[in-house]
Amino acid sequence: MQFMLLFSRQGKLRLQKWYNAHPDKLKKKITRELITTILARKPKMCSFLEWRDLKIVYKRYASLYFCCAIEQDDNELLTLEIIHRYVELLDKYFGSVCELDIIFNFEKAYFILDELLLGGEIQETSKKNVLKAIAAQDLLQEEETPQGFFDDHGLG
Amino acid sequence: MRSNRLLKRHLIGFDTVFGQLIYVFFEEGEVMPAVRGDGMRGLAVFISDIRNCKSKEAEIKRINKELANIRSKFKGDKTLDGYQKKKYVCKLLFIFLLGHDIDFGHMEAVNLLSSNKYSEKQIGYLFISVLVNTNSELIKLIIQSIKNDLASRNPIHVNLALQCIANIGSREMAEAFGNDIPKLLVSGTSQEIIPGGEWTSRIIHLLNDQHMGVVTAATSLIDALVKKNPEEYKGCVGLAVSRLSRIVTASYTDLQDYTYYFVPAPWLSVKLLRLLQNYTPPAEDPGVRGRLNECLETILNKAQEPPKSKKVQHSNAKNAVLFEAISLIIHNDSEANLLVRACNQLGQFLSNRETNLRYLALESMCHLATSEFSHEAVKKHQEVVILSMKMEKDVSVRQQAVDLLYAMCDKTNAEEIVQEMLNYLETADYSIREEMVLKVAILAEKYATDYTWYVDVILNLIRIAGDYVSEEVWYRVIQIVINRDEVQGYAAKTVFEALQAPACHENMVKVGGYILGEFGNLIAGDQRSSPTVQFQLLHSKYHLCSPMTRALLLSTYIKFINLFPEIRTQVQEVFKQHSNLRSADAELQQRASEYLQLSIIASSDVLATVLEEMPAFPERESSILAVLKKKKPGRVPENEIKENKSPTPVANNHTNDVNNSSAVSGDLLGLSTPPTSQPNSGNTGVLLDVLGDIYSTTTNNKNSSQYNHKKFICKNNGVLFENDLIQIGVKSEFRNNLGRLGLFYGNKTSVPLQNFVPTLKWPEEQTNKLNVQVKPVEPVLEAGAQIQQMFNAECIDDYTDAPSIALSFLYNNVSHKITIPLPITLNKFFEPTEMNGESFFARWKNLGSTNQQRSQKIFKASGQMDLAAARNKIIGFGMQLLDGIDPNPDNFVCAGIIHMRTQQVGCLLRLEPNKNAQMYRLTVRSSKESVSVEICELLADQF
Repeated sequence: MQFMLLFSRQGKLRLQKWYNAHPDKLKKKITRELITTILARKPKMCSFLEWRDLKIVYKRYASLYFCCAIEQDDNELLTLEIIHRYVELLDKYFGSVCELDIIFNFEKAYFILDELLLGGEIQETSKKNVLKAIAAQDLLQEEETPQGFFDDHGLG
Repeated sequence: MRSNRLLKRHLIGFDTVFGQLIYVFFEEGEVMPAVRGDGMRGLAVFISDIRNCKSKEAEIKRINKELANIRSKFKGDKTLDGYQKKKYVCKLLFIFLLGHDIDFGHMEAVNLLSSNKYSEKQIGYLFISVLVNTNSELIKLIIQSIKNDLASRNPIHVNLALQCIANIGSREMAEAFGNDIPKLLVSGTSQEIIPGGEWTSRIIHLLNDQHMGVVTAATSLIDALVKKNPEEYKGCVGLAVSRLSRIVTASYTDLQDYTYYFVPAPWLSVKLLRLLQNYTPPAEDPGVRGRLNECLETILNKAQEPPKSKKVQHSNAKNAVLFEAISLIIHNDSEANLLVRACNQLGQFLSNRETNLRYLALESMCHLATSEFSHEAVKKHQEVVILSMKMEKDVSVRQQAVDLLYAMCDKTNAEEIVQEMLNYLETADYSIREEMVLKVAILAEKYATDYTWYVDVILNLIRIAGDYVSEEVWYRVIQIVINRDEVQGYAAKTVFEALQAPACHENMVKVGGYILGEFGNLIAGDQRSSPTVQFQLLHSKYHLCSPMTRALLLSTYIKFINLFPEIRTQVQEVFKQHSNLRSADAELQQRASEYLQLSIIASSDVLATVLEEMPAFPERESSILAVLKKKKPGRVPENEIKENKSPTPVANNHTNDVNNSSAVSGDLLGLSTPPTSQPNSGNTGVLLDVLGDIYSTTTNNKNSSQYNHKKFICKNNGVLFENDLIQIGVKSEFRNNLGRLGLFYGNKTSVPLQNFVPTLKWPEEQTNKLNVQVKPVEPVLEAGAQIQQMFNAECIDDYTDAPSIALSFLYNNVSHKITIPLPITLNKFFEPTEMNGESFFARWKNLGSTNQQRSQKIFKASGQMDLAAARNKIIGFGMQLLDGIDPNPDNFVCAGIIHMRTQQVGCLLRLEPNKNAQMYRLTVRSSKESVSVEICELLADQF
């Protein structure tokens, strides 16, 4: 997989993960182009499109679009299921995930994605194992974070 | 707020692809969702603020305020603790994700990497993985931090480092960690040394690992390794087949959490099936092949079983495996039975209610159509495919249907398919019209038994989609008509009729003008198409046409004077009108007056000779095909049935893969672009001559073949040589005393280059200093094709000069020879060496003690003295440029080690520009005189 984008129905980018290095300008251009293309497509259309020399696989979940760019010989259907597995993981972790969860906890969304995909390749397909890893991360964080009154007044 | 959750809980399992989920806009003053993990409240408050902004301006104002705040915190005297740093870095990240540029904070993020706290480290890594390539000066620091984490005794720190390397995977990282990571993989933390052969074996045996997650990840690694070196990793085939066999025969409860919606390990299955597609045939051992075929059959059988679940996830996962299995079956192209079964299965999908499946079935069938075993089976589905082309709601599906029709077309169904495509063209989407026109034109030509049919098809194309008919298409129809006597009368008659339409496309006027000018006499007997009528008909279009078409028509008119002397005065009248100022275009004026004079002065004999019928064009492959290939570089739909691959082992697939991948990387060099079938290349040239050079769209005479091998001393990739016939690109990489170099030969012409033989020129006595091995290439370089030739070089001892390649080939039976030096000069084996001023000067002094160790040249700058350019060249030269060592900032000093098999030679260099004199002084010192001299020689000409 070359990159994954999450964006809202209003065309706002919520998450971007690039597995190939591109200059920022190009990333912005690609993002804009794909968001426009995909938002213009009607429901019931095919979830795959040819785009430059890549294939785009996308799927909409409620207000969010998940969009992946894969190579010519990658498997389209299974990419749809990578997206679904990711949504399931988010859902399980946040409990009925919604777009807001991803906005406010974007770093978590990244960490979960990193457990699922490594360098653009799926590495761990077991839901249990990924959630276990994330739970272990959370535990570490909680141990490390001082839980006092004065540490944070929300005024950073 | 929870109402717009992504998965409706009671809906999970139903078709959520298009399940119309409730959508709610976020209202202002929304409730903040619970923050998970360690909860940075400041961050959440900030995000909330942003979301409550009523306008874009308000948002930008809020962000600028925050940026100012963070900047002052970072710059402030108070040292920030890790938690605060983490919070601010997170805010920056959020601002970046909103689409704003971030120009500070990178350093603080890098600092987080060296924190001992996991949560801080993790945010640091997140930041650099999202933003790193924007700020590469920090890369050294980052690499150092990663190095520390890799060596950490805390496995979670090691994991973070590995994850970062995997996701960013830049060249610098590959170089920094290339040695450390494999050690972690096969020997855990021990310092055991793994012999080469065993390393391979350990890697492929990861396919047998107990942990499915490990196998899943390892398969990707093995796939990448196999692509580089198929022979060495051949052992993975048997293991992969066994693993696959265990998965497909497993019941869905066996694999527990690795079963996905009742499908056992779909991701691993697909990866294994992909891995096997690296080999041709995938298994040489008959036993392994038998087991593989069993697996493939099982997968096909399962497709026929009733679904275990109605959820789309179930069918997607199951079909993903099925499609990958079919890809493998097509790749093997040896089991007729499997191919036909695959085809039948795909046929069922053609009428499935899932758009995605119909799309994929059409795509996959395209490949089946090119196999001689399944071509006939594909043809059975012709009607459904035609319906898809006409009825599908989604243009991308219709496009696939068009591709498939093109691929399945042969002699028996060509008329019907071409007719259906023509019918569809009238209403086809604009986005696919041009490609369809090309396809129709190619099919009509390829399968025409009766050329009147071909002429009808092309004229219909122009009528229906004239705007999309490119030059190549109408040039081609004229070539064919001129070459075939039997169709000339028919073509003249048909085009004459077509021109009678009140509004006809300009392309029709061009074709009509050309054909009537040549063969108008064949229909002149009929009163309805008498010479005068023909002339008046054409001239009635004249004023509506572009200058290029007008020029063509003027040529037609002069041809008419020869064909039909009786209308000479009429024609001359027209020439007179256009030979003066009334014709705004100078070319037209000139043409009209010259033709007029010709018709006045020349005798009828001279006229007959000058205006004789065009000679036949040499028969060649259609140039239209090249245009189609160019339009779709990634995915050239084929209409060519491959010969089946016999089951005898032919490991040629690897080379294909290399070619494919190199085509992609070659793109950067502009090498893989197929030759533009420009009007001046070969077969179409004669036509254009009629129109005069002035209208040819390309500048000819770019005959200059140019190459400058000197500049490749300081760079590894680029176009090494180019002339009108051929382009040669190079990509090379060097590590220690080894180098790999790929030459990309691109045929720019529209004919194959025969007897294509590159020979390495490297004197015998030099081969024990630099050993170069060459992979042979095919003796024919097809039109528009590009092939790659690999060279492996090993530096054994220091040497002078560089090997070259002598290339000979036949172009149109004329022999050509080109000799080009290869960019494998001694400096390529440099490893840059960092050192501080003190040790530099100590060594400099040390090496200068005897004259034998140093070499010096003083030379004039070749052009304007450009120190920035000089700097780039020196960096490209391969040594480490050491800044801040020489007291004079204009001077360059460098250090490096040359790696040879027998020894390593340290080398120091100093380049002193003298701006006033426009001179350079170059000094090289090393522990070996011959090295100093050669390095000095190589670099001296560069500035």
